[in-house]
Amino acid sequence: MSEKVHIETNINGSQVEFLCEPRQSLLEVLRDVLDMTGTKEGCNDGNCGACTVIVDDRIIDSCLMLAVESQGKKITTIEGVAYTDRLHPLQQAFLENAALQCGICTPGFIVAAKSLLDREPDADEGRIRQWLAGNLCRCTGYDKIVRAVLAAKETMKNE
Amino acid sequence: MNNMEASKFEKLRFVGSRPIRHDGLEKVTGQARYGADISFPQMLYGKILRSPYAHARIKSIDFSRALALEGVQAVVTSSDFPKPWLTDETGIDSKLINIKFSSNNVLAGEKVLYKGHAVAGVAASNAYIAEKALDLIDVSYEILPPILDVMQAIKVNAGIIHEGMFPYPESGLIASEFNSSLISNSTLDMSNHHQGDDSKYSNIAGYYIQEIGDIDKGFMDADVVVEREYNTGSVHQGYIEPHSATAIWNRDGKVTIWCSSQGHFGMRDQTAEVVGIPASDIKVIPMEIGGGFGGKTTVYLEPVVAMLSKKTGRPVKITMTRQEVFEGTGPTLGSYMKVKIGATKDGMITAAQALLAYEAGAFPGSPVNMGAQCIFAPYDIPNGKVEGFDILVNKPKVAAYRAPGAPAAAFAGETVIDELSCKLNIDPLLFRLKNSAKEGTRRISGPVFPRIGFLETVEASRIHPHYLSDFGGPNRGRGVAAGFWFNGSGPSSVIVNANADGTVSLIEGSPDIGGTRVAVAMHVAEVLGIPIADVHPSIGDTDSIGFTSMTGGSSVAFKTGWAAYQAAQDLKAQMIERASDIWDVEAGEVNLKDGKFNHSTNQDLQMDFKELAGMLNATGGPIVGRAAINPGGAGAAISVHIVDVEVDPETGKLTILRYTVVQDVGKAIHPDYVEGQMQGGAVQGIGWALNEEYIFDKEGVIKNPTFLDYRMPTSLDLPMIDTHIVEVNNPGHPYGVRGVGEVPIVPPMAAIANAINSAVGIRMNTLPMSPPVLLEALWANNGAGKVYGD
Ligand code: FES
Ligand code: FES
Repeated sequence: MSEKVHIETNINGSQVEFLCEPRQSLLEVLRDVLDMTGTKEGCNDGNCGACTVIVDDRIIDSCLMLAVESQGKKITTIEGVAYTDRLHPLQQAFLENAALQCGICTPGFIVAAKSLLDREPDADEGRIRQWLAGNLCRCTGYDKIVRAVLAAKETMKNE
Repeated sequence: MNNMEASKFEKLRFVGSRPIRHDGLEKVTGQARYGADISFPQMLYGKILRSPYAHARIKSIDFSRALALEGVQAVVTSSDFPKPWLTDETGIDSKLINIKFSSNNVLAGEKVLYKGHAVAGVAASNAYIAEKALDLIDVSYEILPPILDVMQAIKVNAGIIHEGMFPYPESGLIASEFNSSLISNSTLDMSNHHQGDDSKYSNIAGYYIQEIGDIDKGFMDADVVVEREYNTGSVHQGYIEPHSATAIWNRDGKVTIWCSSQGHFGMRDQTAEVVGIPASDIKVIPMEIGGGFGGKTTVYLEPVVAMLSKKTGRPVKITMTRQEVFEGTGPTLGSYMKVKIGATKDGMITAAQALLAYEAGAFPGSPVNMGAQCIFAPYDIPNGKVEGFDILVNKPKVAAYRAPGAPAAAFAGETVIDELSCKLNIDPLLFRLKNSAKEGTRRISGPVFPRIGFLETVEASRIHPHYLSDFGGPNRGRGVAAGFWFNGSGPSSVIVNANADGTVSLIEGSPDIGGTRVAVAMHVAEVLGIPIADVHPSIGDTDSIGFTSMTGGSSVAFKTGWAAYQAAQDLKAQMIERASDIWDVEAGEVNLKDGKFNHSTNQDLQMDFKELAGMLNATGGPIVGRAAINPGGAGAAISVHIVDVEVDPETGKLTILRYTVVQDVGKAIHPDYVEGQMQGGAVQGIGWALNEEYIFDKEGVIKNPTFLDYRMPTSLDLPMIDTHIVEVNNPGHPYGVRGVGEVPIVPPMAAIANAINSAVGIRMNTLPMSPPVLLEALWANNGAGKVYGD
């Protein structure tokens, strides 16, 4: 077995230290080392988006990033999206618009959509569909997901 | 909406509203725990060794080198499972045969039957070691030629997949059926089949036939007859959550399994059969499920983790990779089909005939009988004949996929219907209306329809703004198609407990894949008149709730909704009894209305639900309502889809411009989730129509086992999916529910094929209709000669 590496990073606003093997992906470390199972694995090869996290303001498929690369970075996962006293508007909009059926894709969609609306608060339907094209949902046909993101956009503008 | 029979349900307070689902918060925050989200101290990680060949005999397995690897704790193979079928010398006990098939699919027996077929399981202290151990297992194979489609499976000397199992049919029945007039010109010719080496056995595992009227006379009466041949490939259910199972086999022989499935009772019973212990010794704890669509109804990993835990005395978990999901689970069938329909000049169908040959995969059991029953079900067919063949091939054993068997059949049947209506110059929806099945119509398969909503659904489609709109423009077209699905039911158990704070906890046995917790809870709220948020639904494990059949067959809102309704009625009756005791009046004089108990004449006697709930413990004890039922009368579903497309003649790429799903749902309990099923089903169908396919090489190896190359629709590929809910209440359910989930995947492939014809004048007869296929068809049509694939 290879030697473990000591990593310090910031996850959802907290300083986190962990030991990992150089070959371990960020997804593996989140789920298996840090017990943060909100980030999901659907393919482990960058094609489903279930493992989406934000690293220093970019969205990343965490299955494609080595955990050692997270040294000194700032990571947001689904566990860090809600405010302390209430849900994030996207989470609320997903509930109100029935934008999830089985819900396995939901953390990835919410994190990806947050990253879009944080940088482009006026994104329209076409832009939302384009941005979310890296996230697969097999249950909903995307209609209610896109509507939820559009609804959250309005709420966020008024906040 | 259709209001003809709405009066009965006008006064519903909660049914038909759109509350937020109870389990939603956990799912938008990442707290919900799915199959792979569980772990235990001391847990071992497992991996599965899979066959590199599509067809081979296993000569030997030597795993001593694997066991010697540091960190490896145990290896299991098929020899660790009991083989009760060996005790049956006649070899015909079908229950034992089914156990053999189930066991041999979990871990291969004498032969591997598809690329990716599981051969051995390894448990080690981490997944990397387990994976490394797989390389150290030495399997010696005698490679056999793979049989990869229907045509090949029935050829002379094709080889036999299950030697000694499926006798060649007596008296040449099947050969003569295959040579009937319908298929005399087809490429499917079995006449020489039985002259091969394996003369007594075949790859045909089943044959079904249904007939009504006089088919020959029916075709003689027709003015126009259309006959077409079809081929479709294997596609996968494509759920985003890979299979995962974790087990602990305790020293007392009791086993606990955590897994996500569509039915934990089924997982328990199948695991019990494969590992050879009583089902009552196994407890299955359901995790949240990340999609199933029929594909999470059979065991793959559960018996393996159970045996590995037995051998090691430690918890063992296995999670599949996406490649394993593609190669080792699902998919749905590939098919060869032929359909012939005749009609009079004024558009009345006189005869309809179909031959469906469905791939079962490596073990028998394609849903061909269901496809056969669905193909002409929307229509009143005076003379009909449908035959179905269940054919073994060296591909993964097919699993159910949303309306199993019906979508491929509808692709064939509904494109022939479209061609007929074009030939007769009759609007395709009017043609369907003229021939529509209605209450009292006898199906080819025998049963007579009770109240169904096909007429209403077609009528609603004809006046839908989408259908009335203009779709004009070069290379643009519109298609419609109808779909039928039976809808299912099954045993279901529900318990409702009145809590002292006035809430009600609801325990059900149906895994919730798409919002059924809230729909089931709404039945309870409606009966008791308490807020939906005050009903707290959860899914019980196999020791905590009575038997409940799987979440499949579009059955949950129907059967478990009904069980919840009945359990709530039971709770209500007992609480009325208690109120009458407290008030010292007759129970018959007490009512529960809008969440309040009151006396029929004495206005002073009033108590709200919460007040009485708080008094229960002190006035005789808690109250539990229960229901355990198996209701009939599920009520068939009908769906009509309308699609506008544009075909790019340069590339063969098709764009969906507009899509509308019109469906009779009986009664929408929670319309949001009903619409969601309609949209999701339609989009799976769009994927099947346009992109999705398993690509096999000639050795039977799947060349595209990733989401990159197995291309499911993304948000960018689609417009919004419009829905129009028709409610022809099902008289067989307290609130009129019909199943919703499956029928929306039935029409899309045919609707899109019909739209392609409308756009560019080409009749497609294969799936998927992907850009290269469409482009080739365009070139062939233009006489430009074949370029693609040369
Ligand atoms: S698990 Fe990372 S993209 Fe699918
Ligand atoms: S809700 Fe099931 S995959 Fe998106």
